[in-house]
Amino acid sequence: MKPEGQLNSSSDRLRDPSAARPPRTSIWLAFVSIGAVIVAQTYAILTSPAEGDMGHLQKIMYVHVPAAWMTFLSFFVVFAFSVRYLWQRRENDDLLAASAAEVGATFNGLTLMLGMIWGRPAWGVWWVWDARLTSTLVLFLIFVGYLALRAFTDDTQQKARWSAAVGAIGALNVPIVYMSVKWWRTLHQPPSSPATLDPRYTMGLRLNAIALLLVMIYFIRKRYEIARLERATEHMAEAAAMGGK
Amino acid sequence: MTWRDDWRRVRAIARKDVTTELRAKAGFNSVASLGVTILILLGLALGPDAEALRNASVGAVWLATLFSGVLAFNRSFQVELESGALEPLLLYPGPRWTIFAGKLLGNLIFLTLMVAIVVAAGIVLFGVQIPADWPSLIGVLALGVVGLVVLGTFYASMASRSRAREVLLPLLLFPMLVPVLLAATTASKALLGADVMHEAGAWIRLLVAYDLVFLIATFIAFEHVIEA
Repeated sequence: MKPEGQLNSSSDRLRDPSAARPPRTSIWLAFVSIGAVIVAQTYAILTSPAEGDMGHLQKIMYVHVPAAWMTFLSFFVVFAFSVRYLWQRRENDDLLAASAAEVGATFNGLTLMLGMIWGRPAWGVWWVWDARLTSTLVLFLIFVGYLALRAFTDDTQQKARWSAAVGAIGALNVPIVYMSVKWWRTLHQPPSSPATLDPRYTMGLRLNAIALLLVMIYFIRKRYEIARLERATEHMAEAAAMGGK
Repeated sequence: MTWRDDWRRVRAIARKDVTTELRAKAGFNSVASLGVTILILLGLALGPDAEALRNASVGAVWLATLFSGVLAFNRSFQVELESGALEPLLLYPGPRWTIFAGKLLGNLIFLTLMVAIVVAAGIVLFGVQIPADWPSLIGVLALGVVGLVVLGTFYASMASRSRAREVLLPLLLFPMLVPVLLAATTASKALLGADVMHEAGAWIRLLVAYDLVFLIATFIAFEHVIEA
Protein backbone atom coordinates (compact mmCIF):
# COMPACT_ATOMS: atom_id res chain seq x y z
CA MET A 1 0.00 0.00 0.00
CA LYS A 2 1.50 3.29 -0.96
CA PRO A 3 -0.02 6.74 -0.78
CA GLU A 4 -0.26 7.38 -4.50
CA GLY A 5 -0.91 11.09 -4.48
CA GLN A 6 2.03 12.05 -2.32
CA LEU A 7 4.54 9.87 -4.11
CA ASN A 8 3.49 11.14 -7.49
CA SER A 9 3.49 14.79 -6.55
CA SER A 10 6.97 14.63 -5.06
CA SER A 11 8.50 12.58 -7.87
CA ASP A 12 6.91 14.93 -10.41
CA ARG A 13 8.71 17.77 -8.79
CA LEU A 14 11.95 15.81 -8.88
CA ARG A 15 11.60 15.12 -12.57
CA ASP A 16 10.99 18.76 -13.36
CA PRO A 17 14.55 20.04 -13.89
CA SER A 18 13.72 23.66 -13.01
CA ALA A 19 12.26 22.56 -9.68
CA ALA A 20 15.12 20.22 -8.85
CA ARG A 21 17.82 22.78 -9.50
CA PRO A 22 17.11 26.05 -7.72
CA PRO A 23 18.37 29.25 -9.34
CA ARG A 24 21.83 30.33 -8.29
CA THR A 25 22.16 33.90 -7.13
CA SER A 26 25.37 35.07 -8.68
CA ILE A 27 28.00 36.49 -6.42
CA TRP A 28 28.30 39.70 -8.42
CA LEU A 29 24.92 40.82 -7.14
CA ALA A 30 26.38 40.69 -3.63
CA PHE A 31 29.40 42.76 -4.64
CA VAL A 32 27.34 45.23 -6.63
CA SER A 33 24.82 45.81 -3.84
CA ILE A 34 27.43 46.15 -1.09
CA GLY A 35 29.50 48.38 -3.38
CA ALA A 36 26.41 50.51 -4.13
CA VAL A 37 25.80 50.99 -0.39
CA ILE A 38 29.40 52.10 0.15
CA VAL A 39 29.32 54.52 -2.79
CA ALA A 40 25.88 55.93 -1.92
CA GLN A 41 26.70 56.39 1.76
CA THR A 42 30.03 58.02 0.99
CA TYR A 43 28.43 60.34 -1.56
CA ALA A 44 25.59 61.28 0.77
CA ILE A 45 27.82 61.93 3.78
CA LEU A 46 30.36 63.96 1.80
CA THR A 47 27.89 66.12 -0.14
CA SER A 48 25.20 66.88 2.44
CA PRO A 49 25.78 69.99 4.56
CA ALA A 50 24.97 69.96 8.28
CA GLU A 51 21.24 70.43 8.68
CA GLY A 52 19.96 73.56 10.43
CA ASP A 53 18.20 72.00 13.41
CA MET A 54 19.68 68.55 13.55
CA GLY A 55 23.25 69.03 12.35
CA HIS A 56 24.95 65.86 11.21
CA LEU A 57 22.28 63.80 12.94
CA GLN A 58 20.36 64.16 9.68
CA LYS A 59 22.73 61.61 8.06
CA ILE A 60 20.84 58.78 9.75
CA MET A 61 18.10 59.56 7.26
CA TYR A 62 20.16 57.93 4.48
CA VAL A 63 19.59 54.52 6.00
CA HIS A 64 16.41 55.06 8.02
CA VAL A 65 14.22 56.37 5.20
CA PRO A 66 15.30 53.91 2.45
CA ALA A 67 15.00 51.05 4.98
CA ALA A 68 11.40 52.12 5.66
CA TRP A 69 10.68 52.16 1.92
CA MET A 70 12.20 48.70 1.51
CA THR A 71 10.09 47.44 4.42
CA PHE A 72 6.90 48.43 2.64
CA LEU A 73 8.19 47.20 -0.71
CA SER A 74 9.06 43.76 0.63
CA PHE A 75 5.73 43.45 2.38
CA PHE A 76 4.07 44.34 -0.89
CA VAL A 77 6.01 41.43 -2.40
CA VAL A 78 4.69 39.22 0.42
CA PHE A 79 1.14 40.35 -0.35
CA ALA A 80 1.45 39.85 -4.11
CA PHE A 81 3.01 36.40 -3.92
CA SER A 82 0.69 35.25 -1.12
CA VAL A 83 -2.33 36.13 -3.23
CA ARG A 84 -0.77 34.45 -6.27
CA TYR A 85 -0.02 31.36 -4.20
CA LEU A 86 -3.65 31.09 -3.06
CA TRP A 87 -4.75 31.54 -6.64
CA GLN A 88 -2.33 29.24 -8.47
CA ARG A 89 -0.86 27.11 -5.66
CA ARG A 90 2.70 27.16 -6.93
CA GLU A 91 5.11 26.19 -4.20
CA ASN A 92 7.76 28.68 -5.33
CA ASP A 93 5.42 31.61 -4.75
CA ASP A 94 5.09 30.53 -1.14
CA LEU A 95 8.85 30.31 -0.71
CA LEU A 96 9.35 33.70 -2.32
CA ALA A 97 6.71 35.32 -0.09
CA ALA A 98 8.33 33.80 2.99
CA SER A 99 11.79 35.02 1.91
CA ALA A 100 10.44 38.52 1.34
CA ALA A 101 8.76 38.44 4.76
CA GLU A 102 12.02 37.61 6.51
CA VAL A 103 13.91 40.33 4.67
CA GLY A 104 11.07 42.79 5.19
CA ALA A 105 11.00 42.08 8.92
CA THR A 106 14.75 42.72 9.04
CA PHE A 107 14.39 46.08 7.29
CA ASN A 108 11.41 46.81 9.52
CA GLY A 109 13.46 46.20 12.64
CA LEU A 110 16.27 48.33 11.24
CA THR A 111 13.84 51.16 10.50
CA LEU A 112 12.47 51.08 14.03
CA MET A 113 15.90 50.93 15.69
CA LEU A 114 17.33 53.77 13.59
CA GLY A 115 14.17 55.80 14.09
CA MET A 116 14.55 55.51 17.85
CA ILE A 117 18.24 56.43 17.70
CA TRP A 118 17.24 59.47 15.61
CA GLY A 119 14.24 60.35 17.73
CA ARG A 120 16.11 60.42 21.03
CA PRO A 121 18.30 63.47 20.20
CA ALA A 122 15.82 65.07 17.76
CA TRP A 123 12.64 64.82 19.83
CA GLY A 124 14.15 64.12 23.25
CA VAL A 125 12.37 60.76 23.56
CA TRP A 126 13.01 57.27 22.24
CA TRP A 127 9.44 56.70 21.29
CA VAL A 128 6.31 58.70 20.53
CA TRP A 129 2.89 57.25 19.80
CA ASP A 130 2.67 58.85 16.41
CA ALA A 131 0.92 57.33 13.39
CA ARG A 132 3.93 56.30 11.36
CA LEU A 133 5.95 54.92 14.27
CA THR A 134 3.07 52.99 15.76
CA SER A 135 1.87 51.54 12.48
CA THR A 136 5.43 50.52 11.55
CA LEU A 137 5.67 48.72 14.87
CA VAL A 138 2.29 47.06 14.35
CA LEU A 139 3.41 46.00 10.87
CA PHE A 140 6.50 44.46 12.47
CA LEU A 141 4.31 42.53 14.92
CA ILE A 142 2.00 41.32 12.14
CA PHE A 143 4.95 39.85 10.29
CA VAL A 144 6.48 38.42 13.46
CA GLY A 145 3.17 36.55 13.72
CA TYR A 146 3.52 35.46 10.09
CA LEU A 147 7.01 34.07 10.69
CA ALA A 148 5.96 32.44 13.98
CA LEU A 149 3.08 30.70 12.21
CA ARG A 150 5.54 29.30 9.69
CA ALA A 151 7.87 28.17 12.44
CA PHE A 152 5.09 26.40 14.35
CA THR A 153 3.50 24.58 11.41
CA ASP A 154 5.08 21.32 10.24
CA ASP A 155 3.09 20.31 7.18
CA THR A 156 4.54 22.19 4.20
CA GLN A 157 1.22 22.47 2.35
CA GLN A 158 -0.56 23.75 5.43
CA LYS A 159 2.29 26.12 6.16
CA ALA A 160 2.08 27.54 2.64
CA ARG A 161 -1.70 28.00 2.62
CA TRP A 162 -1.91 29.42 6.12
CA SER A 163 0.94 31.84 5.79
CA ALA A 164 -0.36 33.01 2.42
CA ALA A 165 -3.72 33.80 4.03
CA VAL A 166 -2.05 35.53 6.98
CA GLY A 167 0.28 37.45 4.66
CA ALA A 168 -2.52 38.68 2.43
CA ILE A 169 -4.89 39.61 5.24
CA GLY A 170 -2.08 41.15 7.29
CA ALA A 171 -1.05 43.38 4.39
CA LEU A 172 -4.69 44.37 3.91
CA ASN A 173 -4.67 45.67 7.46
CA VAL A 174 -1.67 47.96 7.00
CA PRO A 175 -3.54 50.97 5.56
CA ILE A 176 -6.34 50.54 8.12
CA VAL A 177 -3.86 50.45 11.00
CA TYR A 178 -2.10 53.51 9.61
CA MET A 179 -5.34 55.48 9.25
CA SER A 180 -6.63 54.56 12.66
CA VAL A 181 -3.40 55.46 14.45
CA LYS A 182 -3.20 58.68 12.44
CA TRP A 183 -6.64 59.73 13.60
CA TRP A 184 -5.71 58.72 17.08
CA ARG A 185 -2.64 60.94 17.20
CA THR A 186 -0.06 62.56 14.96
CA LEU A 187 3.29 64.17 15.67
CA HIS A 188 5.83 62.88 13.13
CA GLN A 189 7.60 65.36 10.89
CA PRO A 190 6.30 65.19 7.32
CA PRO A 191 7.71 62.09 5.65
CA SER A 192 11.12 62.58 4.09
CA SER A 193 10.88 62.13 0.35
CA PRO A 194 12.71 63.88 -2.48
CA ALA A 195 9.68 66.17 -2.83
CA THR A 196 9.78 67.51 0.75
CA LEU A 197 13.53 67.64 1.05
CA ASP A 198 16.12 70.36 0.50
CA PRO A 199 17.59 69.56 -2.97
CA ARG A 200 21.06 69.22 -1.45
CA TYR A 201 19.93 66.02 0.28
CA THR A 202 17.82 64.42 -2.44
CA MET A 203 20.57 62.88 -4.56
CA GLY A 204 22.06 61.13 -1.53
CA LEU A 205 18.66 59.80 -0.52
CA ARG A 206 17.89 58.55 -4.02
CA LEU A 207 21.27 56.82 -4.36
CA ASN A 208 20.87 55.14 -0.99
CA ALA A 209 17.37 54.00 -1.88
CA ILE A 210 18.74 52.34 -5.01
CA ALA A 211 21.60 50.79 -3.03
CA LEU A 212 19.27 49.36 -0.40
CA LEU A 213 16.93 48.15 -3.13
CA LEU A 214 19.83 46.12 -4.55
CA VAL A 215 20.61 44.79 -1.08
CA MET A 216 16.97 43.84 -0.60
CA ILE A 217 16.83 42.04 -3.95
CA TYR A 218 20.05 40.21 -3.12
CA PHE A 219 18.81 39.16 0.31
CA ILE A 220 15.43 37.97 -0.97
CA ARG A 221 17.04 36.06 -3.85
CA LYS A 222 19.58 34.43 -1.59
CA ARG A 223 16.96 33.50 1.00
CA TYR A 224 14.70 32.18 -1.75
CA GLU A 225 17.52 30.09 -3.14
CA ILE A 226 18.18 28.56 0.29
CA ALA A 227 14.46 27.90 0.77
CA ARG A 228 14.33 26.14 -2.60
CA LEU A 229 17.33 23.99 -1.71
CA GLU A 230 15.81 23.09 1.66
CA ARG A 231 12.55 22.17 -0.02
CA ALA A 232 14.33 20.10 -2.68
CA THR A 233 16.14 18.21 0.09
CA GLU A 234 12.84 17.52 1.82
CA HIS A 235 11.29 16.21 -1.39
CA MET A 236 14.27 13.92 -2.02
CA ALA A 237 14.18 12.58 1.54
CA GLU A 238 10.45 12.03 1.17
CA ALA A 239 10.87 10.22 -2.15
CA ALA A 240 13.66 8.08 -0.71
CA ALA A 241 11.56 7.21 2.34
CA MET A 242 8.74 6.16 0.04
CA GLY A 243 11.15 3.78 -1.69
CA GLY A 244 11.33 5.87 -4.84
CA LYS A 245 14.36 6.99 -6.79
CA MET B 1 -27.97 24.27 -3.31
CA THR B 2 -29.91 27.29 -2.33
CA TRP B 3 -29.22 30.00 0.14
CA ARG B 4 -31.75 28.43 2.45
CA ASP B 5 -29.76 25.17 2.59
CA ASP B 6 -26.58 27.09 3.32
CA TRP B 7 -28.28 29.07 6.04
CA ARG B 8 -29.52 25.81 7.58
CA ARG B 9 -25.95 24.49 7.67
CA VAL B 10 -24.72 27.68 9.30
CA ARG B 11 -27.42 27.49 11.93
CA ALA B 12 -26.81 23.80 12.57
CA ILE B 13 -23.11 24.35 13.26
CA ALA B 14 -23.77 27.39 15.43
CA ARG B 15 -26.47 25.54 17.37
CA LYS B 16 -24.17 22.55 17.85
CA ASP B 17 -21.40 24.79 19.24
CA VAL B 18 -23.72 26.75 21.52
CA THR B 19 -25.38 23.56 22.77
CA THR B 20 -21.99 22.01 23.55
CA GLU B 21 -21.04 25.08 25.52
CA LEU B 22 -24.37 25.24 27.34
CA ARG B 23 -24.18 21.59 28.35
CA ALA B 24 -20.59 21.81 29.55
CA LYS B 25 -20.75 25.37 30.95
CA ALA B 26 -17.20 24.98 32.23
CA GLY B 27 -15.81 26.73 29.16
CA PHE B 28 -18.06 29.74 29.34
CA ASN B 29 -17.85 30.09 33.10
CA SER B 30 -14.09 29.97 33.16
CA VAL B 31 -13.64 32.37 30.25
CA ALA B 32 -16.11 34.88 31.71
CA SER B 33 -14.53 34.56 35.16
CA LEU B 34 -11.14 35.19 33.63
CA GLY B 35 -12.48 38.37 32.02
CA VAL B 36 -13.75 39.65 35.36
CA THR B 37 -10.49 38.60 37.08
CA ILE B 38 -8.46 40.61 34.56
CA LEU B 39 -10.70 43.62 35.26
CA ILE B 40 -10.11 43.28 38.99
CA LEU B 41 -6.35 43.00 38.47
CA LEU B 42 -6.34 46.08 36.24
CA GLY B 43 -8.38 47.93 38.86
CA LEU B 44 -5.85 47.01 41.54
CA ALA B 45 -2.92 47.95 39.32
CA LEU B 46 -4.39 51.32 38.30
CA GLY B 47 -6.37 52.28 41.43
CA PRO B 48 -7.39 53.29 43.98
CA ASP B 49 -8.03 56.84 42.73
CA ALA B 50 -11.67 56.78 41.55
CA GLU B 51 -11.12 59.38 38.83
CA ALA B 52 -8.16 57.49 37.34
CA LEU B 53 -10.18 54.28 37.37
CA ARG B 54 -13.10 55.91 35.59
CA ASN B 55 -10.76 57.22 32.87
CA ALA B 56 -9.20 53.80 32.41
CA SER B 57 -12.51 51.91 32.46
CA VAL B 58 -13.02 51.65 28.69
CA GLY B 59 -9.50 50.44 28.01
CA ALA B 60 -9.71 47.96 30.89
CA VAL B 61 -12.97 46.46 29.64
CA TRP B 62 -11.55 46.04 26.13
CA LEU B 63 -8.32 44.49 27.31
CA ALA B 64 -10.20 42.06 29.54
CA THR B 65 -12.39 41.18 26.55
CA LEU B 66 -9.42 40.59 24.25
CA PHE B 67 -7.42 38.52 26.69
CA SER B 68 -10.27 36.26 27.73
CA GLY B 69 -11.91 36.17 24.29
CA VAL B 70 -8.77 34.79 22.71
CA LEU B 71 -9.21 31.62 24.80
CA ALA B 72 -12.75 31.15 23.53
CA PHE B 73 -11.72 31.13 19.85
CA ASN B 74 -9.16 28.38 20.24
CA ARG B 75 -11.68 26.35 22.22
CA SER B 76 -14.23 26.40 19.44
CA PHE B 77 -11.85 24.51 17.13
CA GLN B 78 -10.04 22.55 19.81
CA VAL B 79 -13.27 20.82 20.83
CA GLU B 80 -13.65 19.60 17.24
CA LEU B 81 -10.04 18.45 17.02
CA GLU B 82 -10.00 16.60 20.32
CA SER B 83 -12.89 14.39 19.28
CA GLY B 84 -11.68 14.09 15.69
CA ALA B 85 -14.80 15.86 14.49
CA LEU B 86 -13.28 18.44 12.17
CA GLU B 87 -12.59 16.05 9.29
CA PRO B 88 -16.13 14.60 9.23
CA LEU B 89 -17.41 18.17 9.38
CA LEU B 90 -15.36 18.96 6.28
CA LEU B 91 -16.72 15.88 4.51
CA TYR B 92 -20.33 17.01 4.77
CA PRO B 93 -21.73 18.27 1.49
CA GLY B 94 -22.15 21.98 0.97
CA PRO B 95 -19.79 24.90 0.71
CA ARG B 96 -16.98 25.24 3.23
CA TRP B 97 -17.78 28.84 4.08
CA THR B 98 -20.86 27.64 5.92
CA ILE B 99 -18.55 26.01 8.48
CA PHE B 100 -16.82 29.33 9.01
CA ALA B 101 -20.12 31.19 9.21
CA GLY B 102 -21.46 28.68 11.73
CA LYS B 103 -18.37 28.89 13.92
CA LEU B 104 -18.51 32.66 13.60
CA LEU B 105 -22.12 32.78 14.73
CA GLY B 106 -21.46 30.42 17.63
CA ASN B 107 -18.46 32.47 18.77
CA LEU B 108 -20.45 35.66 18.36
CA ILE B 109 -23.14 34.41 20.72
CA PHE B 110 -20.51 33.17 23.17
CA LEU B 111 -18.55 36.43 23.11
CA THR B 112 -21.65 38.62 23.33
CA LEU B 113 -22.69 36.90 26.56
CA MET B 114 -19.16 37.16 27.90
CA VAL B 115 -18.84 40.84 26.99
CA ALA B 116 -22.16 41.55 28.69
CA ILE B 117 -20.74 40.14 31.93
CA VAL B 118 -17.39 41.93 31.58
CA VAL B 119 -19.06 45.26 30.77
CA ALA B 120 -21.44 44.95 33.71
CA ALA B 121 -18.51 44.17 35.99
CA GLY B 122 -16.58 47.10 34.52
CA ILE B 123 -19.44 49.53 35.13
CA VAL B 124 -19.67 48.43 38.77
CA LEU B 125 -15.96 48.12 39.54
CA PHE B 126 -14.77 51.26 37.76
CA GLY B 127 -17.72 53.47 38.73
CA VAL B 128 -18.79 54.35 35.18
CA GLN B 129 -21.68 56.81 34.77
CA ILE B 130 -24.01 55.49 32.06
CA PRO B 131 -24.63 58.31 29.56
CA ALA B 132 -27.99 59.21 28.02
CA ASP B 133 -26.78 57.96 24.63
CA TRP B 134 -26.22 54.39 25.84
CA PRO B 135 -27.66 52.72 22.70
CA SER B 136 -24.75 54.15 20.64
CA LEU B 137 -22.36 52.76 23.22
CA ILE B 138 -23.89 49.32 22.77
CA GLY B 139 -23.58 49.76 19.01
CA VAL B 140 -19.85 50.49 19.36
CA LEU B 141 -19.45 47.42 21.58
CA ALA B 142 -21.30 45.26 19.06
CA LEU B 143 -19.19 46.47 16.11
CA GLY B 144 -16.01 45.90 18.08
CA VAL B 145 -17.09 42.40 19.11
CA VAL B 146 -17.91 41.54 15.47
CA GLY B 147 -14.41 42.60 14.36
CA LEU B 148 -12.86 40.62 17.20
CA VAL B 149 -14.89 37.50 16.49
CA VAL B 150 -14.34 37.56 12.70
CA LEU B 151 -10.57 37.64 12.93
CA GLY B 152 -10.45 35.55 16.10
CA THR B 153 -12.43 32.71 14.52
CA PHE B 154 -10.40 32.92 11.33
CA TYR B 155 -7.00 32.81 13.00
CA ALA B 156 -8.11 30.16 15.49
CA SER B 157 -8.93 27.85 12.56
CA MET B 158 -5.19 27.83 11.88
CA ALA B 159 -3.61 28.40 15.28
CA SER B 160 -5.64 25.65 16.98
CA ARG B 161 -4.15 23.11 14.56
CA SER B 162 -0.54 24.25 14.93
CA ARG B 163 1.99 23.55 17.62
CA ALA B 164 2.08 26.29 20.29
CA ARG B 165 -1.52 27.36 19.70
CA GLU B 166 -1.78 29.12 23.06
CA VAL B 167 0.82 31.71 22.14
CA LEU B 168 0.31 31.75 18.39
CA LEU B 169 -3.30 32.95 18.36
CA PRO B 170 -2.76 36.13 20.42
CA LEU B 171 0.48 36.78 18.53
CA LEU B 172 -1.38 36.69 15.22
CA LEU B 173 -4.60 38.27 16.40
CA PHE B 174 -3.67 41.20 18.64
CA PRO B 175 -1.62 43.24 16.14
CA MET B 176 -4.46 42.80 13.63
CA LEU B 177 -6.95 44.13 16.17
CA VAL B 178 -5.15 47.45 16.72
CA PRO B 179 -7.72 49.42 14.66
CA VAL B 180 -10.62 47.77 16.56
CA LEU B 181 -9.04 48.56 19.90
CA LEU B 182 -8.35 52.19 18.96
CA ALA B 183 -11.73 52.79 17.35
CA ALA B 184 -13.78 51.06 20.03
CA THR B 185 -12.00 52.65 22.98
CA THR B 186 -11.86 56.16 21.49
CA ALA B 187 -15.49 56.08 20.38
CA SER B 188 -16.65 54.70 23.73
CA LYS B 189 -14.68 57.33 25.64
CA ALA B 190 -16.17 60.05 23.44
CA LEU B 191 -19.68 58.73 24.04
CA LEU B 192 -19.14 58.45 27.80
CA GLY B 193 -18.00 62.10 27.82
CA ALA B 194 -21.05 63.33 25.84
CA ASP B 195 -18.93 63.44 22.62
CA VAL B 196 -18.28 67.19 22.61
CA MET B 197 -15.83 66.82 19.71
CA HIS B 198 -18.33 64.79 17.60
CA GLU B 199 -15.61 62.27 16.85
CA ALA B 200 -17.49 59.07 17.68
CA GLY B 201 -19.17 59.01 14.26
CA ALA B 202 -15.88 58.78 12.35
CA TRP B 203 -14.67 55.94 14.58
CA ILE B 204 -17.94 54.07 14.16
CA ARG B 205 -17.59 54.35 10.38
CA LEU B 206 -14.05 52.99 10.68
CA LEU B 207 -15.34 50.04 12.72
CA VAL B 208 -18.04 49.32 10.13
CA ALA B 209 -15.49 49.45 7.30
CA TYR B 210 -13.05 47.23 9.22
CA ASP B 211 -15.74 44.66 9.96
CA LEU B 212 -16.87 44.56 6.33
CA VAL B 213 -13.34 44.34 4.86
CA PHE B 214 -12.31 41.47 7.08
CA LEU B 215 -15.65 39.69 6.91
CA ILE B 216 -15.25 39.49 3.13
CA ALA B 217 -11.51 38.73 3.22
CA THR B 218 -11.82 35.94 5.79
CA PHE B 219 -14.76 34.35 4.00
CA ILE B 220 -12.67 34.22 0.82
CA ALA B 221 -9.53 32.98 2.58
CA PHE B 222 -11.23 30.38 4.80
CA GLU B 223 -11.68 27.89 1.96
CA HIS B 224 -7.90 27.80 1.55
CA VAL B 225 -7.19 27.62 5.26
CA ILE B 226 -9.53 24.87 6.37
CA GLU B 227 -8.34 22.17 3.92
CA ALA B 228 -6.84 19.28 5.84
